[in-house]
Amino acid sequence: MQINNEFKPKIVAFCCNWCSYAGADLAGNNRLAYPENVKIIKVPCSCRVNPIFILRAFQRGADGVIICGCHPGDCHYTSGNYYTRRRMALLFSMLNYLGIEKERIRLEWVSAAEGAKFAATMNDFTSAVAALGENKRLEDLRCKK
Amino acid sequence: MQRIGVFVCWCGSNIAGTVDVQAVSDALKNEPGVVFSTNYQYMCSQAGQDIIKQAIAEHKLTGIVVCSCSPRMHEATFRKTAAAAGLNPYMVEIANIREQCSWVHKDMATGTEKAIILGKAAVAKVNLNAPLTPGESPVTKRALVIGGGIAGIQTALDIAEAGFPVDIVEKKPTIGGKMAQLDKTFPTLDCAACILTPKMVDVAQNENIRIFSYSEIEEVGGFVGNFKVKIRKKARYVKEDICTGCGICTEKCPQKKVPNEFNMGMDNRRAVYIPFAQAVPKVATIDPNYCTMLKTGKCGICSKVCTAGAIDYTQKDEIIEENYGAIVAATGFNPISMDKFDEYAYNQSKDVITSLEFERLTNAAGPTAGKLLRPSDGKHPHTIVFVQCVGSRCAACAEKGKEYCSKICCMYTAKHAMLTRDKYPDTEVYVFYIDVRTPGKAFDEFYRRAVEEYGVHYIKGMVGKVFPEGDKLMVRASDLLANKQLNIQADLVVLAAAIEPDKSARSIATMLTASMDTNDFFTEAHPKLRPVESPTAGVFLSGTCQGPKDIPETVSQASAAAAKVIGLLAKDKLTGNPCVAQPNELMCNGCSSCERVCPYGAITYIDKEFRMPDRTTAIRRIATVNEAVCQGCGACTVACPSGAMDLKGFASAQIIAEVDAICK
Amino acid sequence: MNKETSKIRDEIIRSSGVNPKKCMRCGKCTATCPAFDEMEYHPHQFVYMVENGDIEPLMQSKSLYKCLTCFACVDRCPRGVEPAKLVESVRLAVIRKQGANHLTSDDIPALLDEDMPQQAIVSALRKYSK
Repeated sequence: MQINNEFKPKIVAFCCNWCSYAGADLAGNNRLAYPENVKIIKVPCSCRVNPIFILRAFQRGADGVIICGCHPGDCHYTSGNYYTRRRMALLFSMLNYLGIEKERIRLEWVSAAEGAKFAATMNDFTSAVAALGENKRLEDLRCKK
Repeated sequence: MQRIGVFVCWCGSNIAGTVDVQAVSDALKNEPGVVFSTNYQYMCSQAGQDIIKQAIAEHKLTGIVVCSCSPRMHEATFRKTAAAAGLNPYMVEIANIREQCSWVHKDMATGTEKAIILGKAAVAKVNLNAPLTPGESPVTKRALVIGGGIAGIQTALDIAEAGFPVDIVEKKPTIGGKMAQLDKTFPTLDCAACILTPKMVDVAQNENIRIFSYSEIEEVGGFVGNFKVKIRKKARYVKEDICTGCGICTEKCPQKKVPNEFNMGMDNRRAVYIPFAQAVPKVATIDPNYCTMLKTGKCGICSKVCTAGAIDYTQKDEIIEENYGAIVAATGFNPISMDKFDEYAYNQSKDVITSLEFERLTNAAGPTAGKLLRPSDGKHPHTIVFVQCVGSRCAACAEKGKEYCSKICCMYTAKHAMLTRDKYPDTEVYVFYIDVRTPGKAFDEFYRRAVEEYGVHYIKGMVGKVFPEGDKLMVRASDLLANKQLNIQADLVVLAAAIEPDKSARSIATMLTASMDTNDFFTEAHPKLRPVESPTAGVFLSGTCQGPKDIPETVSQASAAAAKVIGLLAKDKLTGNPCVAQPNELMCNGCSSCERVCPYGAITYIDKEFRMPDRTTAIRRIATVNEAVCQGCGACTVACPSGAMDLKGFASAQIIAEVDAICK
Repeated sequence: MNKETSKIRDEIIRSSGVNPKKCMRCGKCTATCPAFDEMEYHPHQFVYMVENGDIEPLMQSKSLYKCLTCFACVDRCPRGVEPAKLVESVRLAVIRKQGANHLTSDDIPALLDEDMPQQAIVSALRKYSK
């Protein structure tokens, strides 16, 4: 957090119940610090993350959104993370059009054993988002007239 | 409006050290719906749980938020507490302020701030929680095993031993499978028949086991605990209950030119036959493709010689319907076809054989009564060349070979080579290998014995071409370590053909809605931790239908599958996970998007009558979720274009409420 | 491997379209090669040497011109490595090193002989137009 000491980005992390949420727990067990700006929402599987949730987060003022799932091939539900990968590929390609820098969103595979990776990912992502500065809120301009 | 109680745990100093718990419980007091908020040293302790129970009664709470450790630790504890106080256990949410807050943050101010936000998110979610009841479904206490090889036999025996009835469906006239065709088994070299046939007899005599031989699966419906299966019992033109298996018909039948599939077509059988002496059930079968009586109506000799009067030319296929609680796929394997391997002259010379044919040649019950003779002229072969990896590890052409390692070939080739040298010391035996893979108990010692004690020539290299020259086979091969090309005059060439899943597995997998990999092997629910279960609930995997395996591995998997089945059948009722998908009938437009993404086949469509605003009725196609099958991953909820599909316990509105609370 | 050889190797891999890393060293190519006895380096060595960037000895070797391009190795290789295409590419590398004696397609009609078999023309085009 050397880039901007004032600005603390709001970051929403969607973590799948089986791998990434457990990975986050492991980071906690090992006392691996990561920025407090990261708030985790538990979902059963990364494929439960509807792109609408992500856009909603940006609309409500999130500065970054990260989706964490099991590694490809390790999904508890066999194929859920593959769906996520495809959906996010589509969503990411549309973010620019929506006025959101694509660095503000990330899809990461974090297993239940990768507490260190979870913390490192969150540190890295937070500083990347902090460098971008505050997100322009997605707002319906028609309401402003 | 919910009446929510918030309980903030100190966890000793684990949470209270970095989070001002008093501030958290005070801050959450003002959240919408919260009527009670407190904190305590150890919420999970008996005293802590009593505080929760008391508050539920006192404040008529409808929902609970516990700000404590990870839900992976104590969610179940607090759900039980709530249930004990008469609250639906799914009205409890955990805000993880230990692993994901106090333990990773050092500063009291930021830790407290984050804990408050996490608590608010949990409160926002509970506000939208609804009581959930796990679905219950009864369990039919009967198992179906598809395939009667060693895998199916072992699974059936273990299930029957536990006291549950089992049906084995085998498409061949007898159970026994590939193992019945083998001569000796590595690495201990006991004879396959000696260890397999007693098990087959056990199956026949076990009161809990029914064998449907010469039968196939026609249709599978239902779900875990309640499968409805139609079995086609093919007409064998012999009354199974009357036939004594005396075998007179098989001796008198005038149609002698039927290739004997049990001996890999290396000799002939009659049109009416018993596959082998120890067949179970030991009942004759008439092959309708060859029987003169069935084809032309003129013969009937078997019927005349049968003293029991068991022959019935008018028999028809029979459909049997039965209910099962669990299904085990044990469909097994076959060696791949050698038709595409022109370079090995398999179709040009009778003396180029596959390893399974070699098994029959050396088997005492085989076409040569166990003498190793060349199929072409019946002479004793002196130079024998074994070629490994024929079609295995072949990534060049999908029609020709298989990309995977067939796993068993290294060991059975070592066995063949060793036994040949042991029985016929005058032979020269060459084995061409790419790698020798012997990762099993006493496997590498076995292979080294073949080399060191029995003098088998193991050559690192591959055979490039085999061509008949006179009555010999010319084998051109490489010796990579000597950097030489070898030309060997061989009498017999044995190809270690790759193995592939039985062709019937694909259609069975479709019926079971069990998933398969690109090679048509069944996929397991988890490659490491659930290796004998299919992702489809109630379907289990046994043996080579899941991947190449040798006999010890097959048997252990078969017993593991049986243990899983027993565990399922021992339950009277199945309690499901209540967090399952739920479609909104009024919004569903029947597009099938959700059905296509569901990894479990839990979604089907029904036509339902709806009353329209103009008082007419219309029939619409809508999705329904089988709650016993749905595992609650939520893939369908995102796939649904109209937003009709939602996931109980993780509803879109709930997640959005959490997002809003965090972003506020 | 110096920079120059690594460049030649990459070019050989590119122009042949062969991925030598797919080789599992079974030696079926060598087992099947009809020109084995004439060769100093055999097909499987070819693949291995290209993979390791051992190109110089290959380019000097007479075995380069003993390959009949019969494609038996390509046909039989269980991993789809196609050693014969590598041999062809190494030959090309030799030709290119000798000087940029490329033909352009415009030059060809003048050089054509009526009796020249069509296959030879096509293979010449394949060889020189890369």
